[in-house]
Amino acid sequence: MFDQLSERLQATLSDVRSRGKLNEGDVDAAMRDIRLALLEADVNFKVVKSFTATLKERCLGAEVLDSLDPGQQVIKIVNEELTALMGGTGRELAFASNGPTVILMAGLQGSGKTTACAKLAAQLDRTGKNVALAACDVYRPAAVDQLVTIAKEASAHVYEQGTDADPVEIAGWALDRAREENRDVLIVDTAGRLHVDEDLMAELARIRKRVKPHNVLLVVDAMTGQEAVGVAEAFAETAEFDGVVMTKLDGDARGGAALSVRTVTGKPIMYASTGEKLRDFDQFHPDRMASRILGMGDVLSLIEKAEREVDENQAIDLQKKLQREQFTLEDFLKQMQQVRKMGPISGLVGMLPGMGGMKQQLKGADVDEGELDRTEAIILSMTPEERANPGMINGSRRKRIATGSGTKVQHVNQLVKQFDQIRKLMRQVVSGKPLDPQQLAQMSQAGGRAQRPKVRRR
Amino acid sequence: MVERLEREVEAGTVPADGEAVRNRLIEILAEVASTGRAPIDLSGDPAVLLMVGVNGTGKTTTIGKIAWHLSREFGLSVVLAAGDTYRAAAGEQLEEWAERSGADLVRSAPGGDPGAVAFDAIEAARARAADVVIVDTAGRLHTQSSLMDELAKVRRVIAKQVPDAPHETLISIDATTGQNGLRQAKVFSEAADVDGVVLTKLDGTAKGGIALAIASELGIPVKLIGTGESLEDLRPFDPADFARALLAE
Repeated sequence: MFDQLSERLQATLSDVRSRGKLNEGDVDAAMRDIRLALLEADVNFKVVKSFTATLKERCLGAEVLDSLDPGQQVIKIVNEELTALMGGTGRELAFASNGPTVILMAGLQGSGKTTACAKLAAQLDRTGKNVALAACDVYRPAAVDQLVTIAKEASAHVYEQGTDADPVEIAGWALDRAREENRDVLIVDTAGRLHVDEDLMAELARIRKRVKPHNVLLVVDAMTGQEAVGVAEAFAETAEFDGVVMTKLDGDARGGAALSVRTVTGKPIMYASTGEKLRDFDQFHPDRMASRILGMGDVLSLIEKAEREVDENQAIDLQKKLQREQFTLEDFLKQMQQVRKMGPISGLVGMLPGMGGMKQQLKGADVDEGELDRTEAIILSMTPEERANPGMINGSRRKRIATGSGTKVQHVNQLVKQFDQIRKLMRQVVSGKPLDPQQLAQMSQAGGRAQRPKVRRR
Repeated sequence: MVERLEREVEAGTVPADGEAVRNRLIEILAEVASTGRAPIDLSGDPAVLLMVGVNGTGKTTTIGKIAWHLSREFGLSVVLAAGDTYRAAAGEQLEEWAERSGADLVRSAPGGDPGAVAFDAIEAARARAADVVIVDTAGRLHTQSSLMDELAKVRRVIAKQVPDAPHETLISIDATTGQNGLRQAKVFSEAADVDGVVLTKLDGTAKGGIALAIASELGIPVKLIGTGESLEDLRPFDPADFARALLAE
């Protein structure tokens, strides 16, 4: 996410930090670098200009130049200003005091509205809301079918009248139905439209008037260039949107749209979509994004992800087993699957503080998820007895397991050996004995191979 | 480009008045934009077109338009392959376009193998002696290497079946895309050997300046432009028009 911008800013800032004392010339040079980095990231030039002006003013203030560690102060200021640029502390959806809360989604073609509707529905469903969707995209072929299909996955109800009805009528009718059926939230999907298409923009205004939405969200493709500003301005006028959903953030978008939209329209980014799956959708936190861009990690999001995906009961169960020294390969498998539910390992790495450098090492490389797949396959090819008691896995069993999982006997050996080491280590942790660093090192060398993410150069 | 123009003005080959400089600039831009231009190759039997691109850039819509033009204006029979087996209702969307353009459609169950769909479509085209096969693919971000590998595989499946196929691989790029469009073209080209760009959604205020960078840095020309929602809204790319539009207020 915003890797290029992130790298450039971090390089500039680490240069500033290495200087000790700063004079005006140093600050000027740093500001020039930051300005270039932002312009290259497709950030609107007006936004860049005002952003660097504010930054410079603050950096030249007494609080920085006179402080003991001016470099650190500059980083703090850049972090604060980046956060402000993306909308401060973020904004929550407005909910109706009674009756269904209406959310209207609008945007250009192909920005990802329909998918965002379903993802938002799934997110609200997780918080216990009863969500329905209104299918008002009657223009694009099969848009209604698409919404119906993914809504099923998001366990949301869809109000649709096919493609012959008028979108304004469908929206009004859906709202009536949502009221009758006591839905908590109604999300209205609309057709993609170009901001210069007057007829369709007028239709959007009519839908808005008809359903009186509590929230209007503009869906914006993160890869949009300088054009994002014109689009956002036009939609701000007709749709009076309250916030933005940034989509396709999992690509290598430079961040221009994300960093410009708030300043230009005054509306914050509320949600970010970061993947193909329904759950790859989160509230957007400008402060957390700023620290991720600056390589300071995003531990809060990581914890939230863990809380969402890790089953508490299973965790307690596991702890008990550990204490009774009954940790089996079955538990190992479960634990691994839970971690993997949080998404690809490479995505999690970016959330850890101080991993900026690590990410650069991984640049152009992939954490090989296949290695984890293989470990899973091996365990799944074992009988329950073997999983509970790996000691019984003899030569012929190894051969059977390898064949069953489509791996080699060496892989099975590696896993068994590694698991044995883990168990030994855990016994020590539980018993409260201090850990032997030598043993730790040994373990990561001996058994680590089967599980250590393999870095594959492209 | 700017340097070249400056040199020419200094050398006196271009008169130093605003209008002349502007016209020369348009010429230069048009020249860059026409790098590597070639017409769409329909010589194969059947000719196979492969459509690739990032999510939401307009692949399926473009295929519908191409199919319509081929059958309406050139009288060719077209088979569409619904290779987007991932996105919900992508097959239905293509089906609708197939109906509108009078093309045949080959599709599989959701989640099916896109390579298999391409294979079946080419078989079907052979059986029906169709002229052109257009293979749709699921939108994918160019950063997802496993999905890019899948694309390379679809291409291999096609190549095995018809020599020299796909005869034309087109990437759709949204005209509103910023600098990122260059990366998209580059990575897709590495995976699927792209022959040309379809610049979509040019009916907005976006001018698609990224096409210049793609032509000059990668040598991949724009072949078609999409300018609207209806079947007729697809045109061959005209470098001179494009250059003029870039400079227009």
